[in-house]
Amino acid sequence: MTTSSSVALRLEGIDKSFGSFVALKSVDLEIERGELVCFVGPSGCGKTTLLRIIAGLEAQSSGRVIQEGRDVSRAPPAARDYGIVFQSYALFPNLTIRDNVAYGLVNRRRGRAEIVARVAELLKLVGLPDSGPKYPAQMSGGQQQRVALARALATAPSLLLLDEPLSALDAKERERLRGEIRQLQRRLGVTTILVTHDQEEALSMADRVVVMNQGAIEQVGPPLAVYERPATPFVADFIGKVNVLAATCVGEGRYRVGHIELTAAANGTAHGQPVRLYLRPEDRVLEDSGPLEGRPNLVRGTVRNLDFLGTFCLAKMDVDGFDGQSMLVYFSLNQALELNVREGARIPFALRGERLRVFPQQ
Amino acid sequence: MSALAQRGPLPRSLSLWTEALVARGGVVLLALALVIFLTVPLASLLVRSLLSRSGEFVGVANFAVYFSSSAFANSAANTLTFATLTTLLTVPPAFLFAYAIQRSCIPFKGLWRNVAMIPILAPSLLAALSFIYLFGNQGWLKFVIEWFGLKTVYGLPGMVLAMSFASFPHAVMILLAGLALSDARLYEAADSMATPGWRKFLTITLPGARYGLISAALVVFTMAVSEFGVPKVIGGNYSVLAIDIYKQVVGQQNFSMGAVVGLVLLVPAVVAFAIDTAVRRRQKALLTARSVPYAPRPERLRDALLFLYVLSVSAFLLLVLGMAVFGSFVKVWPYNLSFTLNHYTYGFEEAGVDNAWRNSVAMAAWCAVFGAAVTFAGAYWLEKTGIEKSRAFGWLRPLAQVQAMMPMAVPGMVLGIGYIVFFNSPANPLGALYGTMTILVISTIVHFYSSTHLTAVTALKQLDSEFESVSASLKVPFYKTFWRVTVPVCLPSVVDISRYYFVNAMTTISAVVFLYSPKTTLAAISILHLDEAGNVGAAAAMATLIVATSAAVTAVFFVLEWWLVVRTQAWRRTARR
Repeated sequence: MTTSSSVALRLEGIDKSFGSFVALKSVDLEIERGELVCFVGPSGCGKTTLLRIIAGLEAQSSGRVIQEGRDVSRAPPAARDYGIVFQSYALFPNLTIRDNVAYGLVNRRRGRAEIVARVAELLKLVGLPDSGPKYPAQMSGGQQQRVALARALATAPSLLLLDEPLSALDAKERERLRGEIRQLQRRLGVTTILVTHDQEEALSMADRVVVMNQGAIEQVGPPLAVYERPATPFVADFIGKVNVLAATCVGEGRYRVGHIELTAAANGTAHGQPVRLYLRPEDRVLEDSGPLEGRPNLVRGTVRNLDFLGTFCLAKMDVDGFDGQSMLVYFSLNQALELNVREGARIPFALRGERLRVFPQQ
Repeated sequence: MSALAQRGPLPRSLSLWTEALVARGGVVLLALALVIFLTVPLASLLVRSLLSRSGEFVGVANFAVYFSSSAFANSAANTLTFATLTTLLTVPPAFLFAYAIQRSCIPFKGLWRNVAMIPILAPSLLAALSFIYLFGNQGWLKFVIEWFGLKTVYGLPGMVLAMSFASFPHAVMILLAGLALSDARLYEAADSMATPGWRKFLTITLPGARYGLISAALVVFTMAVSEFGVPKVIGGNYSVLAIDIYKQVVGQQNFSMGAVVGLVLLVPAVVAFAIDTAVRRRQKALLTARSVPYAPRPERLRDALLFLYVLSVSAFLLLVLGMAVFGSFVKVWPYNLSFTLNHYTYGFEEAGVDNAWRNSVAMAAWCAVFGAAVTFAGAYWLEKTGIEKSRAFGWLRPLAQVQAMMPMAVPGMVLGIGYIVFFNSPANPLGALYGTMTILVISTIVHFYSSTHLTAVTALKQLDSEFESVSASLKVPFYKTFWRVTVPVCLPSVVDISRYYFVNAMTTISAVVFLYSPKTTLAAISILHLDEAGNVGAAAAMATLIVATSAAVTAVFFVLEWWLVVRTQAWRRTARR
């Protein structure tokens, strides 16, 4: 690993344990300048601890944190260069919005006029130009979140840390702020780390996603790559919905589920080895895109029950020959109507072998 | 976007050093102060109990002598009887009183709440004096105690009555809190199954309040066990442990034996404290965040009966207070009831205690200012400076926390002898403090430290735990945030702590009774002397003066709080929705 000038932050072998509990196990990561990276994982996976270590709010047990080429591993928070937004926003309740945003500027002995101008600029930036004289309690959750963002950006830090910034908001507000934060981050080009447990949020906002589990990084990559080619069963399961089928390898790229044989890309699994096949509900071909006869991996299933989820439906299917293993299949609403998908219906479909992910049985 | 690119200069590392020094230094100072003014005096007490009068090591000989004396068995049994009867006479009425306020629809609840708090403003001696006026040998209502087959109010009956009066507000406060927490849905579920009222009370209300009941009983019991003033004034020959300590230390100057009795007195207090702590820990899981608060609905008969009850209790409390006040303004009770101010003038002068009230006010003011500052800053240092994460200083936090809670388990008398033994020792360079106002202030702050510390911690815990992290990320030193955000937001609690110190400093006698000098006699202590000299009128006058001062200062504090809220807490009143 060489330190190229485009690396904003490098983590080397970060370990953290609380007593006998191991929170992080030798985490290595490089973050490019200007990138938005999401740490995503279930609660307790260590993502927030990692963020707090980067911020200097928690001390790692071992390992190094290098920011802009400077080793800040043991530096206190105040000696590092970042702005942070917490889930609770942590706005000072007794100070006006203006004073909250100016909080870090006042300490840097900036001129009064300069501070006033800067605060006005920041409030405009987050879309709250007229809220300066208000108090935090007078604003909605989403507005408070924007103020916290303005405060964190006020001192123009080179790194922005966001700790579950949207999880206290309602669904509509959350979606709107996702877009706003992403836009703002692109415009300012500030390197940003966002911690979230919401995979949808991570996929929609990040340049790169860091999937974490039990204190270790499972996979790092662009959202699409992580979704399409999950590196581990955990990632496949955590990011998006997935069907898991027990199977046996019966040859080069050939697997048997129940007594149906499926083909997939060869990956060198030994003959006779038990495996798990991972397939997303949408990785199937239906009759509406042309006749299915002659397609590989063609199966037929009976709809056991149907979940209507707005623009699409998820059907739980009993597949003939799978010996009781059922799977979820995705139908757009139009497909569901055209193909007459309802409980008890018999539907033919072809599994997309090139999308099948094969993992050895644990 | 030009301005977004430019950065301010990073603060120099020197300020980081200052910050660390202030953060760690504060905790070190706090822990050290608690060690010197709490732990070491108590440890000296233990050591002293193993020494003879002249200072040679005698092992447990003092204990052997004391335990085999008839005085011990007698006092120990008396103390337990006194404390048990007081608990039984105080907690049930206090429960009913709190129940009426929290669970019925009687009018003027705020008023009754405040009336129930009246005894807090008075030294416990006031009740003893009032009961002497009311039921004493020349009492107005002496016939009432004769109904109960008693010849005199002196002794156990008077002690229990006076102690119940003094401890009533403490029990009511705890039970009000205990009854405030209840889940309306439990009652709705019971109603849907057509449960009769008495069964709801037995199966929902009482179990829900049981921790409050236990806690209230323990507090009253501990207060009675460690009470000194009430037995002294109205106890007659009924001897209790607190009196024994006083006799040993002040009467016979036998500090070793005083220390022995002090340690014995510590036992019930510590046991009660341990039970209470265990109970509180279990209580936390009782209510979930999703509980729906219970709101009582009017019910005519119940409300009328409870209103009548609350009215009678309030009238009785006011009668007891009023009796002492009245007694202080009449020439000779009960023979000459003409108005006089003599007790306030000649009465005090004659006994040489005309400076006592001024001393008390001065001491209370020092406690209010200095105590509130130390308590709040101390709690802040422990809770908000991240001390628990420091490798070098982390251990100081539990050390300071345990010490902060210790005074709750230590009777004032015990703390008092600890102070004499430690500070009066010729080898102690801090000995110069002995007999000064300073030591009175310090001992009083330490004596009441636990509950004020808890108030401060509660207030601090309500703040967002990330304020300090945000400040650090913005390169603002934590003490600036303390001053600009933490103190302003917690100001109402700080004022509360200050008021609590003032009122308690005005009325306390237990620790300071061993520590005052003729120059620093306090008002509450002078009541003992005036009473001992047979000058009950002047004693009542002094008690009245204390109540008036406490009440006036409490009123001033309320006005101050209101003014502060208006002036500096605009943000509180502008909430959305």
